[in-house]
Amino acid sequence: MTLITGSADQTAKLWNVETGAQLFTFNFDSPARSVDFAVGDKLAVITTDPFMELNSAIHVKRIAGDPADQSGESVLILKGPQGRINRAVWGPLNRTIISAGEDAIVRIWDTETGKLLKESDKETGHKKTITSLAKAADGSHFLTGSLDKSAKLWDARTLELIKTYVTERPVNAVTMSPLLDHVVLGGGQDASAVTTTDHRAGKFEAKFFDKILQEEIGGVKGHFGPINALAFNPDGKRYGFLLLQINVS
Amino acid sequence: MGDVLIMNEIDATANRLGIDLLQVDLDSIQLPPGEDLGIISDDEDVYEDDDQEVESGFGNIIVVDNLPVVPKEKFEKLEGVIRKIYSQIGVIKEDGLWMPVDPETQKSLGYCFIEYNTPQEAELAKEKTNGYKLDRAHIFAVNMFDDFDKFMKVPDEWAPPEHKPYTPGENLQKWLTDEKARDQFVIRSGTDTEVLWNDARHLKPEPVYKRSYWTESFVQWSPLGTYLATVHRQGAAVWGGANTFNRLMRYAHPQVKLIDFSPGEKYLVTYSSHEPSNPRDANRVVINIFDVRTGKVMRDFKGSADEFAVGGTGGVAGVSWPVFRWGGGKDKYFAKLGKNMISVYETESFTLIDKKSLKVENVMDFSWSPTDPIISLFVPELGGGNQPARVSLVQIPSKEELRQKNLFSVSDCKMYWQSSGDYLAVKVDRYTKTKKSTYTGFELFRIKERDIPIEVLELDNKNDKIIAFAWEPKGHRFAVIHGDSPRPDISFYSMRTAQHAGRVSKLTTLKGKQANALFWSPSGRFIVLAGLKGFNGQLEFYNVDELETMATAEHFMATDVEWDPTGRYVATAVTSVHEMENGFNIWSFNGKLLYRTLKDHFFQFLWRPRPPSFLTPEKEEEIAKNLKKYSKKYEAEDQDVSMQLSEQEREKRRSLKNEWEKKISEWKRLHEEEKMERQMLRDGEASDEEEEYEAKEVEVEEVLDVTEEVEE
Repeated sequence: MTLITGSADQTAKLWNVETGAQLFTFNFDSPARSVDFAVGDKLAVITTDPFMELNSAIHVKRIAGDPADQSGESVLILKGPQGRINRAVWGPLNRTIISAGEDAIVRIWDTETGKLLKESDKETGHKKTITSLAKAADGSHFLTGSLDKSAKLWDARTLELIKTYVTERPVNAVTMSPLLDHVVLGGGQDASAVTTTDHRAGKFEAKFFDKILQEEIGGVKGHFGPINALAFNPDGKRYGFLLLQINVS
Repeated sequence: MGDVLIMNEIDATANRLGIDLLQVDLDSIQLPPGEDLGIISDDEDVYEDDDQEVESGFGNIIVVDNLPVVPKEKFEKLEGVIRKIYSQIGVIKEDGLWMPVDPETQKSLGYCFIEYNTPQEAELAKEKTNGYKLDRAHIFAVNMFDDFDKFMKVPDEWAPPEHKPYTPGENLQKWLTDEKARDQFVIRSGTDTEVLWNDARHLKPEPVYKRSYWTESFVQWSPLGTYLATVHRQGAAVWGGANTFNRLMRYAHPQVKLIDFSPGEKYLVTYSSHEPSNPRDANRVVINIFDVRTGKVMRDFKGSADEFAVGGTGGVAGVSWPVFRWGGGKDKYFAKLGKNMISVYETESFTLIDKKSLKVENVMDFSWSPTDPIISLFVPELGGGNQPARVSLVQIPSKEELRQKNLFSVSDCKMYWQSSGDYLAVKVDRYTKTKKSTYTGFELFRIKERDIPIEVLELDNKNDKIIAFAWEPKGHRFAVIHGDSPRPDISFYSMRTAQHAGRVSKLTTLKGKQANALFWSPSGRFIVLAGLKGFNGQLEFYNVDELETMATAEHFMATDVEWDPTGRYVATAVTSVHEMENGFNIWSFNGKLLYRTLKDHFFQFLWRPRPPSFLTPEKEEEIAKNLKKYSKKYEAEDQDVSMQLSEQEREKRRSLKNEWEKKISEWKRLHEEEKMERQMLRDGEASDEEEEYEAKEVEVEEVLDVTEEVEE
């Protein structure tokens, strides 16, 4: 089994999960942020941050069956979005790539031609940076979370905006339960403001929403920092979170 | 409405260019001189007359009559006096002051012409100086030059005026007749100001009127709720109506900063402070008192900020507002604290009663009874103990001292009147013998009893600091928050109980509370003990009749707490002092959260006040007795609404779930269709069910090292 990682050291790497060995390094001119394997694992999409004069971009790489045959060449490079692209994932059947980032617009690109197929509407879409994106298990819909204190549910094929979940704090991480119709939002203070507020002020919670009714059903309190990543255990019965904790001494 | 449309355009352009309008300093924008880009300035709008006369070219000239007739030697002096008066109002044109002379007597004719650069200055001068008393024999009669033409045209025959049919104005009190007996409130968030009904049955607010840029700074209700006042660069305005808010009147006062209504809504006081020409002088203060209905200026006050910032509480930058405090009922009197005096004016003639102020050496503070024409005042200690501090009650207009008490070793003093004028509590901070610290006590005056008896009250622990004090509205009790620890105590006292009719007695002390503010219900009996600021929004709803807590709750980071005028609901709000979670909550009187509304950049929440009830005390008693009968009807209505609500709620959920089911089956169908293709992408592996994997524990053996031991 192969793992792909992206790093601020301006590379993305392929790893052998069983042995932990590095298989291949893709080199970029700016930090690599988001990575995702396509259905069938023969393709991967990697996003790079804007860096100095360089704009952010979405790179598509072919993944060889045998690591020895792996090439660093990009099959396709997509450009256009302003600011950082925080997430890029594959659409159903790898026909499309879905990207979202700092300019608050969700985009759907055609993998074959590289053309921009759809963009989310400015009026109904997010108003601030989209921080996170989570796909449904069957890839038919996905959830975006944004600093505008909301999360939105979209149809992955048509980019129709289906649901909006409103909360009181900027959203840093989102996930959907594979078992029940729940959506979880994690957030709190914008990461850059974390050190200047006390933990009570940030009131960090993971909030559970009813996926269909868009209503808040509960929250898990007790986090002492803003939540930056969430994921459900695959059996859907537990979830884990990642906190960004900055210790000032 | 045109204003609103233009603003929408500006908003759209700003959005397009990515400019945040709230950050733009509009005052720093300067148009090239002479350029107005075709935009009518707001100032012009205020002064524009609706039926403008045809320009005669003399619109900026006034005629000042009733001047003293003086010989040649005194011309210069008289001219100087006139010039001094009139150049304060506007800029007199070069050679614009002409005092004609009688060719025969060589004396002035007793009138003069003054020409300004604009008709506005001339109009203002006429308004301000007409009736001005130069001395007892000479009261200025000022007219617009053009008016003479008009007056000359008056026919010699009197013709009776046309009979205009009576057009009744709108019923400005219509909101009080709401069938559902709801109350209104106004909120300001971002650039919007909105008036809404508090619909507690439906658990949400219902909009009444909304407007962007309705005010340029804040809004304020008039004391009986009839008007909503807005504040702009050129002055203030009031709005009202039967079902909506129309502009009823404007009050010109450039750069107005603060406003205050008289309690009966008859008058509006406006205040502005201006930088002096000499930076070392204090600011110049302008205060106008307008008649609310007609917009006429009844009186103005101009002077240096020093004259208005007297007493202990004046700030560095300005004055303690309101400068004029109203009293005596029916907007009869207003008074201002001065240096060694209290200036009391009456509203018949807008002059000082007895034509002079009430002289009180060293007076520090004063306060009106809320109901009677009585002033309480405080004079601090003088001359290192030679003259003790004192609190006095003075009757207006007689200026007779009704009661007085000397107080010794006083470091500070604060006066609290009970809402019906029955009691006055004076909080006195006294120095200990060593003068190193202070301890607090209360002097309690029973105003309505013969000889106004005074009672002294000390807390159980004398050294406790007083954090808050509040009388029960319309009642006989008061609450005090006291103590030095992070969680102070709250004590309740009554001025009259069954056991002690003429003596104050303690009802209870609640220990260790997270509270620093007291909010009594306007009808008494219930109180919200709130922990604001450092306590981050703790709320305790307490029943003072039963002396028990009804509910404890929290509105995290709440900055404001306000009861509705009926005492049925409590609003708590988080304003833009904090960056996040701005908005307001509505609670029932006993602490149940009814609904909450989030609004970013939240600035104000104000309940619309109600005028006092028109019911006689007898009628009120009858209703209280038969409450069960009356409440049955409302309970039935409430039941209906709540069932309707659940039905609506259920319907909404059903339709949402149906829509979702449709989407899910659509997606399932597509997923099935694409199944073959997916398998191909995975090189023929049918691993759609990859999501369902088991975690298996696998034992892996790894050969780390091989050593051979050879037995020798």
